[in-house]
Amino acid sequence: MSYLTRRLSTFPLVMLGVSILVFVAIRMVPGDAITAMLGTEAGLLTPAQREALANYFGIDQPIAVQYWHWLLGVFRGDLGISVTYGKPVLGVILERFPLTLQLALMSMCVALLVGLPAGVFAATRNEKMSDLAVRIFAMIGQSTPNFVVGLLIIYALSAGFGILPTMGEFTPLLVDPLRNLGQMILPAVTLGFAFAASVTRISRSAMLDVLSDDYVRTARSKGVPKRSVIWRHALPNALIPVVTLSGVEFGYLLGGAVLVEQIYALPGLGRLVLDAILQRDYALVQGCVLFIAFNFMVVNLIVDLVYVALDPRIRLGEGG
Amino acid sequence: MTPLLSVSNLRVSFGRNPLENEVVRGVSFDLAAGETLAIVGESGSGKSVTALSINRLVDFGGGKIISGTINLARTGNSILDLAQASEPVLEKIRGSEIGMIFQEPMTSLNPVLTIGTQIEESFRLHRGLTGKQATAAAKDALDRVRIPDAARRLKYTPNQLSGGMLQRVMIATALACNPRLLIADEPTTALDVTVQAQIMALLAELKRETGMAMIFITHDIGLVAGIADKVMVMQAGEAVEQGALGDVLDRPQHPYTRHLLSAVPHFESGRAARSDYARGQSEMTSPALRVDGLTVRFKVAGGVFRRSPGSVHAVENIDFDLMPRETLAIVGESGSGKSTTARAILGLVHPTSGGFSTHTGRIAEATDPSVQMVFQNPYASLNPRLRIDSILAEPVIAAGGRVNGETRAKMAALLKRVGLPENCLERYPHQFSGGQRQRLCIARALVLNPSIVVLDEAVSALDVSVQAKVLELLVDLQREYGLAYLFVSHDMAVVERIAHRIAVLYAGEIVEIGDAASVLSNPQHSYTKRLISAVPSIDRRNQHFELDTRQVPSLVRPPGFEPPVAQWRSFGPDHRARAEV
Repeated sequence: MSYLTRRLSTFPLVMLGVSILVFVAIRMVPGDAITAMLGTEAGLLTPAQREALANYFGIDQPIAVQYWHWLLGVFRGDLGISVTYGKPVLGVILERFPLTLQLALMSMCVALLVGLPAGVFAATRNEKMSDLAVRIFAMIGQSTPNFVVGLLIIYALSAGFGILPTMGEFTPLLVDPLRNLGQMILPAVTLGFAFAASVTRISRSAMLDVLSDDYVRTARSKGVPKRSVIWRHALPNALIPVVTLSGVEFGYLLGGAVLVEQIYALPGLGRLVLDAILQRDYALVQGCVLFIAFNFMVVNLIVDLVYVALDPRIRLGEGG
Repeated sequence: MTPLLSVSNLRVSFGRNPLENEVVRGVSFDLAAGETLAIVGESGSGKSVTALSINRLVDFGGGKIISGTINLARTGNSILDLAQASEPVLEKIRGSEIGMIFQEPMTSLNPVLTIGTQIEESFRLHRGLTGKQATAAAKDALDRVRIPDAARRLKYTPNQLSGGMLQRVMIATALACNPRLLIADEPTTALDVTVQAQIMALLAELKRETGMAMIFITHDIGLVAGIADKVMVMQAGEAVEQGALGDVLDRPQHPYTRHLLSAVPHFESGRAARSDYARGQSEMTSPALRVDGLTVRFKVAGGVFRRSPGSVHAVENIDFDLMPRETLAIVGESGSGKSTTARAILGLVHPTSGGFSTHTGRIAEATDPSVQMVFQNPYASLNPRLRIDSILAEPVIAAGGRVNGETRAKMAALLKRVGLPENCLERYPHQFSGGQRQRLCIARALVLNPSIVVLDEAVSALDVSVQAKVLELLVDLQREYGLAYLFVSHDMAVVERIAHRIAVLYAGEIVEIGDAASVLSNPQHSYTKRLISAVPSIDRRNQHFELDTRQVPSLVRPPGFEPPVAQWRSFGPDHRARAEV
C-alpha cells in the first residue's frame, strides 16, 4: 500500500511541471485570444479597447502573475472559464471525456481481441506460410495512417454494401446504447487497426521467446496438451511486453484521436484540444493538457499494478 | 522377459537437411524395469538428444527421428513404438509413464504459477483428480521428496525457493504419477556439490521405493559410480561403449572411455595435490598478496518510510597471504562469498573494512597491472566485435601504454605459449572453441606481466577433457613466469589438481585454511568434511548419503551487528580450522 501512496504523491509534482510548461509554451505562440476571436477585425480595435479586452481576459499581466492566479484557482477546484464556450473548463472537458474514454476502451478491446490471438497463432506456426501472412498483415496495419484506414472503411462500406456509417448528432452510450455503438464501432475499428497490428507483432515475438523457455519444455514433459501449453503456461509469461505497449497506446488514445474524430465527426477530446489551441483559449488548453497528463499517470500506475498481478517475481516499492 | 525400454538403431537429425545434420547416429540399448542406465558424454555427444527422443520432446526443438525404433513396454504387455507414436498418444505417456527432470531447476519451473499448481497439474491430467484431492496429492508428492512444511510451500512461486529445493519440486512433479521410467538430464549440474549429494541420495532412495527405471545423463563420470547399474558412453552421436558399471569403469575397452577416465580430473582425497612448492623453503620472500581482515557488506535497501533491515555480510574478516609461485584455491558453494572476495581483490567491489596489499604496495583501484583476471565464461568475456589483436591490446591501452611493434611481438609470443597459432591475431572470438577462448583470456591476462592472476571458476564452463588441458597450461605458465594464482572454484576435483593451499569459505568466512593435501585428506571443520564427503568419486561406489534439508544460513544481519571473534585451532604446520561452538 505504501507503494500506491508514494506513487500518488508524485502526481501533483508532475502536474505542476506539466502546467508550467504548457502555460509558457502556449503564450510563446504568436497571436492572442483577441486576434483569434476577432480575426482581421482585431486590427480595427483602438489601443484602449484592446487594453480593456486584454484586461478582461487577464492577459495584460506578466506570465508569472497569470500563472499564480491560475494556480490559486486550481486549488479551489476552478480551472478557469473557457473563452470559446463561455463555460467552466472542467465542465467542457468532462462533457467530451466519456466519448474519448469509450473510444479508447473499444479500440483496445479490438486490438487485444484481434492482436493477441493473431500473435499467438503466428508464434506457434513460426516460419510457416500462415505466420508469414500474419506478419505481412501486421506490417501493413502498423504502417498505414489511421485516417487512410478510416476513409477506406467508409468507402468500402458505402461503395460495396451501400451502408453509411451512422452520423449526425453524437448519442452517449447511456442514452441510446444501440445508436451509440453504431456510431462508435467504425471509429474504434479504425483506431484499433494499427493498435492490433502492434499487439500482434509484440505478442508474436514475446511468445516465440517464451515457447523456447525451459518451463515450457517441462510442461510438455508432463504431458500437458498443446493448447494448454500455449494458453496456460506460455501466454501469461509473454504478456508483460503486451501490457507495456497497450498501456502506452491507451494513454495516447485518452488524449484524443484528432484525425479519426474529424473523419467520423465525433466531439472527442482531440478536436477539443485542437480547437482550443487554434482559438488561443488558454484556460481550456491548460485544462485539457493537465487532464491528459493526469490520465497518463493513472494509466501508468494501472500498468504497474497489472505487472504485479501477472508476475509474482515483480514486487513494487522495494529497492534494487 | 521383455525390457521396459528397447531402443534400436536410433538416428536423429536437425534442420532442413536431415542427412547432413545427424546428431544421434544409430544408438541402441535396452533398459529393464527398475534398472538405471547412465549415459555419459561431453557436450555435443548427442546424449541429451537421445534422451529427449525417448519421450519425443526432441520434436519441439526442431529434431526429427529419421530411423530406428523406441519400444516401450506398457502395462498389459503391449509394446508401443514411441518413434512412430502420434502426438495425442505421446501426451498420455509423458508424465504418466515417462517422467523427466532437467538440468536447470531455476528455469525449468513456470515462474508465474505456484509450485502447488504445477504439481497438481500432473494429477489433473493423468489421474483425473480435482480440487482438494489434487491439492492433497500435491502435498504428498512434496512430502515424498522430503520438503519440510509442504502444505505451506505449495503456495510458493518458484522465485521463493532455492535451486536445490526447486530440483526437489521438479522431481516431485516428474514422479507425481509414478512413471515407470524417469529420464534425468544432468539433474545436478547446476547445483552445489552438497546439494548435488542430497539430490543424488533422494533419487537413489525414490528408485528403491518405487522400483522405477532411470536414464541418468551426465558429463561427470564420477557421478555415475554412485547410481548406475549400466553405463553407455557417447561420443559424436555414437555409443562407443556400453556395459555393466563395473566393466566400464574398471575395464574400459574404448580409447575414449579410457580418456574420460584418465584425462578428466577426479577427486582423490588429496592424493593428487601438487607438491612442487612448499611454504617452508622460501621463507625469505615476501608474499605477492596479503589480505588483512577483508570485509564486504552490502546494505539491504529499505523503503522510503522503512529503515534498512540490515546488511548482507558477504565477506567477513578474511585473512590470507599468497606467495609468488603459489596457488591458493578459494572453495565454497554459491553464496559463500568466494566471488566477492575475488572481485574485491580486483578492485571491482569496495571493501567495507580491511584491505590488501601487493608487493608493489597497497592497491587503490582496479588499475594495478600486477593483478589480472580470467573469468568463468569464455563465451561472454571476449567482446565478439573486437579482433583478437585488439582484445590483447586492451590491457596495454588501459594501463596507459602504447601498442607498438614490441607489444605485437609479445602478443604473438603469448598466443604461441598458450597453444594457439600465431595467425589468430586477425580472427574474431566466434572462430574459436570454448577451450581456445579460455586460452585467449589467459593470454590477455598475461600481456602486462602480472605477478598475481585471479582465476574465477576459470575452467568450470569447459568440457571435462578440455579442463584437464587448460589446468596443465596454467601449471606450466605458473612455473615459467613465477605467477601467484588465486583460484576460485566450487569443483574440488579441479582444485586438487592446481592448488598448493586451500581456503574453505562458508557463509562469508574462512572456516578452514591450509596446505591442499592436508585439508583434502584430513578435513577438520564440519563444513569441510561435509563438502568433501559430497564430492562424487569413482572410488566410492553406491555410497549412501543421509538426507539433510538444512539450508545455508541467511547472511542478512541487523544494523550494527559484529560477528564474534573467531577462535582458531591448529592441525599441523600449515593447517588450521575455525573452532566450532
